[in-house]
Amino acid sequence: MPKITYVSADGDLHVVDVPIGTSVMRGAVGTGIDGIVAECGGNAMCATCHVYVPAEHAASLPEMTAVEDEMLECTVAERRATSRLSCQLRITEGLDGLVVRLPEAQE
Amino acid sequence: MHTTTVPVSQIDPFDETVLADPYPAHRELRDLGAVVWLERYRVWGMARHEQVEAALNDPQTFCSARGVGLSDFHKEKPWRPPSLLLEADPPDHTRARHTITQVLSPVAVRGLREAFTAEASALFDRLAGRTAIDGVRDIAEAFPLTVFPDVVGLPPDGREHLLPYGGLVFNGFGPRNRLFLDALARAEHARDWIAAHCRRENLADGGLGAQIHRTAAAEGYTAADAALLVRSFLSAGVDTTVHGIGNALLCLAENPDQFRVLRADPTQARKAFEETIRYESPVQTFFRTTTRDVDVAGATIPAGEKVLLFLAAANRDPRRWEAADTYDITRKASGHVGFGFGVHACVGQMLARLEGEIVLTELARRAEAIELAGPPKRQLSNTLRGLDSLPLSVAWV
Ligand code: HEM
Ligand code: FES
Repeated sequence: MPKITYVSADGDLHVVDVPIGTSVMRGAVGTGIDGIVAECGGNAMCATCHVYVPAEHAASLPEMTAVEDEMLECTVAERRATSRLSCQLRITEGLDGLVVRLPEAQE
Repeated sequence: MHTTTVPVSQIDPFDETVLADPYPAHRELRDLGAVVWLERYRVWGMARHEQVEAALNDPQTFCSARGVGLSDFHKEKPWRPPSLLLEADPPDHTRARHTITQVLSPVAVRGLREAFTAEASALFDRLAGRTAIDGVRDIAEAFPLTVFPDVVGLPPDGREHLLPYGGLVFNGFGPRNRLFLDALARAEHARDWIAAHCRRENLADGGLGAQIHRTAAAEGYTAADAALLVRSFLSAGVDTTVHGIGNALLCLAENPDQFRVLRADPTQARKAFEETIRYESPVQTFFRTTTRDVDVAGATIPAGEKVLLFLAAANRDPRRWEAADTYDITRKASGHVGFGFGVHACVGQMLARLEGEIVLTELARRAEAIELAGPPKRQLSNTLRGLDSLPLSVAWV
């Protein structure tokens, strides 16, 4: 199972084995990681699953859809070039070793 | 038609006794199998969370353009022109959806918080001092019926048509039974009023309705199609939130321990509303139609068949939820399918949450306790779960 590392805003590390076909969001929800709220359950409707993906990992990510791009305009924490919605990041073999940083706030 | 391995059920999900208390039927359907054959209507059914979510997430196979009710638009003429959103498939749906999401984005909805809070505050000011209230009329209907038409930009006169129209739309997804015919009779005058108030000239400048007309024109829609997009709002945005808030009040009255949790920390209001949508889902079911032969958990559903997705049953599936039949506002309810899932997931969900959160926050601040003062009266609908009345006695602070 691909390993995903979640780095909280305070710098705490959580490494989670996340099943292929689910999402980076799903890997955090239900494993005690607080920094991802995911209120809409993964429908790109709430912008509370915002993460920053360091540039060196960007190449392994799926392309951003127009919907995700629009929703990223609605995040509570600052949108940066590295911003993504974790519910739109589908887990593939290629994501093994991905590191995502969680913003200070989601709501 | 169907493979022999698929369990057959005689349950009629639109029977009035089942609608009055659907949960035993939901349990039976979930336990029968991942897919069941509903003999009464000769349609397929899914009631487990895993299969319901997967079907919602596969619009190529489980399409909406043939209607999300029992009626197959390929075989029967719809009772009204189909919705460009709800009853459409990608890529047409994608375009309509984009038009609407701009208007209902989280940022746009956040901008409504102050006005909604002021309205809730005024509403509870009026109720204070009255210990006996009807939770449905005085809160669950009163609040959405003010704030929603206000933000859409509807005139003050004629708003009484909104609930009968929604009632017709949601009963219309079921069979042509007594509930549908009654709803049709009640909405006799509502249909013309709604049609007229989807038009730009009857929508106030600056309201969401006028904004939809503007974004729709920019996307190349005709004025008539823009009016249909506004109709989606007026159909889906009122009864659903009324029942969501009414169901929350019932859950809190029936679970005093949960009301105490909320009272102790009113910031739990949003979670309480979310848990209500899971536990007493205002939208209980929607249909899809298969576009190809599809295997689901070993069973083959042929192309061109209606499939009934039991959202409310998925939301109480013990395979997905711990203590599924317990109302627990502190649980992580995210992941329920009460707002749907996938491309058709409720486009108004952030607005609905804001309404629910604000009403329950205000209630938690102002009431020491709420109690049932008599038996609640159910409002039966082919699709919605909600109440006609909810006698409450409230101990105001
Ligand atoms: C608690 C309140 C609400 C509940 C439980 C609810 C539930 C749902 C569900 C289950 C769907 C999915 C339909 C499907 O998959 O076929 C949906 C879609 C939709 N909802 Fe809501 N809804 C609520 C409030 C609202 C509000 C306030 C609005 C309008 C502002 C709204 C507008 C819509 C629209 C337009 C669609 C169709 C979206 C599409 O097909 O892309 N809803 N809703
Ligand atoms: S979970 Fe809501 S946008 Fe990702």
